[in-house]
Amino acid sequence: MSKVIYFDNNATTRVAPEVFEEMRPFLTDLYGNPSSMHTFGGQVEKYIRQSREMVANLLGCDSSEIIFTSCGTESDNAAIKGILASYPEKRKIITTRVEHPAVLGVCRELQGMGYKVVELGVNKEGQLDLNELESQVDEETAIVTVMYANNETGVIFPIDKIAEIVKSKGSVFHTDAVQAVGKIPLNLNKSHIDLLSLSGHKLHAPKGVGVLYVRKGTRITPFLIGGHQEKSRRAGTENVAGIVGLGKAAELAQKFIGEENTTVKKLRDKLENAILKTCKDAKLNGDKINRLPNTTNISFEFIEGEAILLLLDQFGICASSGSACTSGALEPSHVMRAMGVPFTAAHGSTRFSLSRYNTEEEVDFLIEKMPIIVNRLRELSPFVPK
Amino acid sequence: MWDYNKKVMDYFLNPKNAGEIENPDGVGEEGSLACGDALKLTFKLDKEGKIADAKFKTFGCASAIASASIMTEMIIGLTLDEASKITNKDIVDKLGGLPEQKMHCSVMGMEALQAAIANYHGKGKQVKKQEGKIVCTCFGVTDKEIEKVVLENNLDSVEQVTNYCKAGGGCGSCRGEIQMIIDRVRGKEGKGTIPAEKPKKLTNIQKIGLVQKTISEQIRPLLKAHGGDIDLIDVDGNRVLVAFRGMCSQCPTAEFTMKDVVEARLHEFVSEDLIVEEQM
Repeated sequence: MSKVIYFDNNATTRVAPEVFEEMRPFLTDLYGNPSSMHTFGGQVEKYIRQSREMVANLLGCDSSEIIFTSCGTESDNAAIKGILASYPEKRKIITTRVEHPAVLGVCRELQGMGYKVVELGVNKEGQLDLNELESQVDEETAIVTVMYANNETGVIFPIDKIAEIVKSKGSVFHTDAVQAVGKIPLNLNKSHIDLLSLSGHKLHAPKGVGVLYVRKGTRITPFLIGGHQEKSRRAGTENVAGIVGLGKAAELAQKFIGEENTTVKKLRDKLENAILKTCKDAKLNGDKINRLPNTTNISFEFIEGEAILLLLDQFGICASSGSACTSGALEPSHVMRAMGVPFTAAHGSTRFSLSRYNTEEEVDFLIEKMPIIVNRLRELSPFVPK
Repeated sequence: MWDYNKKVMDYFLNPKNAGEIENPDGVGEEGSLACGDALKLTFKLDKEGKIADAKFKTFGCASAIASASIMTEMIIGLTLDEASKITNKDIVDKLGGLPEQKMHCSVMGMEALQAAIANYHGKGKQVKKQEGKIVCTCFGVTDKEIEKVVLENNLDSVEQVTNYCKAGGGCGSCRGEIQMIIDRVRGKEGKGTIPAEKPKKLTNIQKIGLVQKTISEQIRPLLKAHGGDIDLIDVDGNRVLVAFRGMCSQCPTAEFTMKDVVEARLHEFVSEDLIVEEQM
C-alpha cells in the first residue's frame, strides 16, 4: 500500500518507535518468566515494576493500585464482574447508553442473568443528566460504570463530579477511560474513581496489554483465577514485552500531554472548521466544548458513511463511521441514536481521530479531498434537495 | 473491512448511468433514509417498447451503488417483460458476487426495478406497492418479499433472510415468524408445529429460572426495541408478577403487550398454566 494518512487513532494507534525499542529485548534475549526463581527469569520483574511506576505516574496513583491485564475489554469485564462478585447482595448496575460494547455488552448479559441494569440516556450534545444519575444510585447499586470519554464523539463526561456523587451514595464507581488516558490529564489522587480501565494500544503501546486501576481498599474479586501474578489479583504469566511497552508509552504520554492539547487540538480544529465550511449540510456531532482534543465526528447529510470511507481510502486516508453498513449491522451507531442524531445524518457520520504523529500537510490533504468526495456521493444521492 | 471484488469496486468508483432521466416512462423508488440505503430508478422506452435508457440515484454503500449501476446496464435493450424477470441473484452474479451481509443491496435493486415497471403500467406511484402482510416492522418487510428472496436464493436460515432483505435485523422479534416462512416455502411445513422443547413437569425453581430466561431472551428485546423494559417481580405458583418500565409503563397498549407478548411467550416457552399479572 502506498502512503497512509492515519486519522483513526481512536481505533488504534501506531506503536511509538521508542516503545518498540524498549520492548525488543523482552522479545529476544530477556524471555524469562518473572515468577522464576533463577536470576535469568527473576531479573525481568524489575522492568515490570518500573512500568507499573510509570503508569501510576501518568494516572496520579500508587503503583500498587495498578493491575496489568490483556486489554481494555478485560479490564472492563474484570471491574464489573469483580465488584458484583464481592457484593452479592447488591443487584443493580448503572451505566449509560453510549458506553463501549465492552461495558454495555457485559451489562446487558448481566441483565439477562437477573441483574437490574439502568442505562442512562444522553442529550443531543451527548451529555448525561447528573440529577437523574444521582436519583438512580441507591443502596441496591453495586456499581456505577460510566465512560470517561466517548470513542465515537470524543465527548468527555464530568467524571470527577460523577465519582463524587456515586461515592456520597456509598456505591462503587468504575470508568472506562480507554479513550481519555494519554489525551487529557488525569489525577486519580484528587478524584473518587474506584476503578479505571485503560488500553495500551490507544496510547502508542502495542495491542494485547491493558490496565485496571483499583483504588486501595476496594473490595473486588479476581476475574482470572490461577497463579499468583499481580498479587493474585489477575492470574496469568505477564505479557512482559507488552507491559514494558505500556510503561514507556505512559512515560511518553505524560511528556506529550501538553502537545495533545495544543498542537494536536489545533490540527483537529483546523480540519473540523475547514470541513464544516467547505462541505454543505455537514454537522458536528456531540458537545463541542467538553471533548477530547484529537476527535471530531461530522455528519454529512444525504450520503452514507461506508461510501465516504471507501472513497477516503482511495486517497490512503483512514477514518471511521457510525453508519450501519460499516459494521454489517443494519442500524446506525448506538451512540448516534442515543444522542437523537436523525437517521439522515447518522448514516453519514464520519469520525476523524488524530494523534501527535499527524502533520499539517496530512490535514491539508484531507481538507482538499473531503469536499470532492462529499460532492461526488451527493451527485449519486436521491435525497439531495434540488 | 468488506471483501469487495474488483468489479464491485469498479462500479462503485466509476458508476455507469448515474443520474435521473427527465420525463421518464417509469420511476421506481425503494429503501429509505432510515433503512440506511435507498435507490431511485428511472427509465425511458424506445418505439419498440424496449428500455432505451435507464439511470439510477443511490444513497448507500459501495455495494448498493454497484448493484444499482450494473442493473441499469443489464436492463437497457430489454423489453419490460424481459426486465421484470431479473432477480437479485442475476444482479449478484453479474457483479461476480457480494459479501453475504450485503445481499440486501441487490434485492433493493430488483425491487426498485419492479416498482418502476409497475409505475409504467400505471400501478403504484413510484413506490413499491405493499403486497402481503408486514412481518418485520423495523424495516417494513412483508411475508411476500421474504418468500421471494427465500425462493430465488435458496435460503435456509433467518440470518440469511436478514442479509438479503433486512427482515429480522432490527429488534429481532419477527425471527420466529421468518423461520416459519422459510419452513413453509422450503417444504418443511409441519416441523415447526411441535414445540422444540418444553419440559413437562417443572420444579418451582426450574419454573422461575425458565420464566426469567424467557423474559430476558424472548420478551425484553422486543420491549427494548420500543423504548420499554420489563422486570420480573415474583413467581407464586402459576402466578407471574411483572412490572413494565420505561416507555411501556406509560404505554396505552401495555394491556395488549401483556396478553399478546408476555403471556403468549411464557405460555409457549414455559407452561400454558401461567397467569401473568402486572404490578400496579
